[in-house]
Amino acid sequence: MTGSKILIESLLKEGVDTIFGYPGGAVLNIYDELFNYRDKLNHILVRHEQGAAHAADGYARATGKVGVVLVTSGPGATNTITGIATAYMDSVPMVIITGQVPTSLIGNDAFQEADTVGITRPCTKHNYLVRDVKDLARIVKEAFYIASTGRPGPVLIDIPKDITSNVAEFDYPESIEMRSYNPTYFGHHVQILKVVNELLKAEKPMFYIGGGVINSNAAAELKEIAEMIDLPIVSTLMGLGGFPSEHSLFFGMLGMHGTYAANTGISNADFIVAIGSRFDDRVTGKVDEFGRNAKFAHIDIDPSSIGKNVKIDIPVVGDVKSVLRSMLEIFALKSKEIESTQYKRMKWLEELNMYKYEHPLSYKMSDIIKPQYVVEKIYELTNGEAIIATEVGQNQMWTAQFYKFKKPRSLLTSGGLGTMGYGFPAAIGAQVAYPDRTVFDIAGDGSIQMNIQELATAVQYNLPVKIAIINNNFLGMIRQWQELFYEKRYSFSNLNINPDFVKLAESYGAVGLRAKKPEEVEDILKTALSIKKPVIMDFVVAQEEGVYPMVTPGSPITGMLLV
Amino acid sequence: MMEKSHILSILVENESGVLARVAGLFSARGFNIDGISVAGTLEKNESKMIISTYGDEQILEQITKQLNRLINVIKVQELTDDESVVRQTVLVKVNADESTKNEIFRIKEIFEARIVDVSRNAYVLEFSGSAKKMEAFIELIRPVGIKDIVKTGTIAITRSKK
Repeated sequence: MTGSKILIESLLKEGVDTIFGYPGGAVLNIYDELFNYRDKLNHILVRHEQGAAHAADGYARATGKVGVVLVTSGPGATNTITGIATAYMDSVPMVIITGQVPTSLIGNDAFQEADTVGITRPCTKHNYLVRDVKDLARIVKEAFYIASTGRPGPVLIDIPKDITSNVAEFDYPESIEMRSYNPTYFGHHVQILKVVNELLKAEKPMFYIGGGVINSNAAAELKEIAEMIDLPIVSTLMGLGGFPSEHSLFFGMLGMHGTYAANTGISNADFIVAIGSRFDDRVTGKVDEFGRNAKFAHIDIDPSSIGKNVKIDIPVVGDVKSVLRSMLEIFALKSKEIESTQYKRMKWLEELNMYKYEHPLSYKMSDIIKPQYVVEKIYELTNGEAIIATEVGQNQMWTAQFYKFKKPRSLLTSGGLGTMGYGFPAAIGAQVAYPDRTVFDIAGDGSIQMNIQELATAVQYNLPVKIAIINNNFLGMIRQWQELFYEKRYSFSNLNINPDFVKLAESYGAVGLRAKKPEEVEDILKTALSIKKPVIMDFVVAQEEGVYPMVTPGSPITGMLLV
Repeated sequence: MMEKSHILSILVENESGVLARVAGLFSARGFNIDGISVAGTLEKNESKMIISTYGDEQILEQITKQLNRLINVIKVQELTDDESVVRQTVLVKVNADESTKNEIFRIKEIFEARIVDVSRNAYVLEFSGSAKKMEAFIELIRPVGIKDIVKTGTIAITRSKK
């Protein structure tokens, strides 16, 4: 079998049915072979390799499966870097297959040559250069295993062109054993017991959840524990959907644009259990004062996340789902102790509800459309059940605040790297996985232009993604910082010249709609939802609107500017 | 917390690019490398790296954890001075004429160094020992006139239990 055929057969063995890619010289053999597999392997032709990486990422986040990318050498590979780095920061399982110049030309500055494994080393969980076609099947097997286990992440396989035509016997390994890679799934029992006992002892305990809850599919276990012991929950951006937002135990997102209740609450807590979260600077604010009255426990599958930014009293290395299950088993034997915590829990929740009541998330309506109103209407009309991708900036934060996510894997957003241009291709990837679900990209007029070329992809494959552009003709978050911290010197953040997004949609063969007044918002959204095509909605919104609360940089998270 | 120097022994799979992965990790995360030495072990698929670094306990813990995240890293171990034999080797080319020869021989005797190359006006001395002794050796030989000097990274091995 040729290397190309071995590659595709290996992908099929891994259960891959969809890949996102773009052909080029070094992968022509693979593409030629793909032609034979058209009915088994769905290939989505993007318009820019960055789009392929983000689409595979969106597909992976929405499904929990490994997203697969296929691109050529040199520029094909380098164009995926932003997408790979995005997936790496947010722990998304992906396998990226890049073509490479023939083995004999490597190092010669050949046409379309780049040192892809060198360039991607710091932004992949692992990467491979295939040197012998005999190794190819094993490498594919390892790549999928590494990408999807432990703390997930992107793995890249660089395949020189001669390898794709060289011949070897195809023998796909059944199992895999790697001496140097053995993620810990089960938490240490004694440590877990300590967490449980401390939860029962604490006056003001709190769960601070992150993307790990979603990655390990632990939402059900989390809900069960929270309800069993009346435990309040706050979430990072990446954790949204890991716990139902409308639940009475949920106090919102914490951090720079977190709710007053979450930020004040966690600062008054006396025991904080971080679950699959990593104390990012956008979450902690001034790190020395984060949870200043609290003891900390941290449950995470990646030991290097524990104790990186904040000193942890009770570390638990393990898969979130498995650790929470163990906790449930222990709690099941402690119903008396749980009962005796009821009074202090009630008081604690009362305190938190007071914070929530004092300063809820809010905004003022006006004659001009308010961005928050658009997000709220999207929430209402989709019943909180759509898959929502976002770009980065104000659009992202308003979505996090005003779309009340009910389920895991329904928010696709670049939390770690903060990649503008992520949302639309990610939405495409999710729509490919779920053709019948409603998929939105909530975008800004800046971000959407970073990967607008993928509109052609959406039209070609009839993917009815709904793009809601919160259009303030500004790089809104930049404008907000310049207003607050740079004396309103709006240095190069004004997007004076934007395309007519309605005509732009039409020129691609999609549908374009525009709302300029608040009373038009609902109708436009309803119309868009009724159209089985990609739709761009251009919401012309209030230019000066800011995202609040906002923790000023360098302050503790209790130092919030409120509306 | 106290910043101090540490010696890490890192067993890795002997694959191409593994040195770049380890070195890249140190630079990307702002850790320091004071010295490094790498060579194969008795197993054909393994190499051992000895890296000298410094930082407080928290930094050392992060370095160790981050190294363990690398897929090719098999084992990371800190080697403390008390429980290991630690060595560095230095080659020094010094001026050798009638006025300095006696001094060179005297220092060579004291430190148990070796003369490994001799020419009309230069000797090459080889010395192996702890970092501290090596410093003392270099200080003493310096007045003779050092033409060139090359040091290896630290190597270290655990002592057997007594």
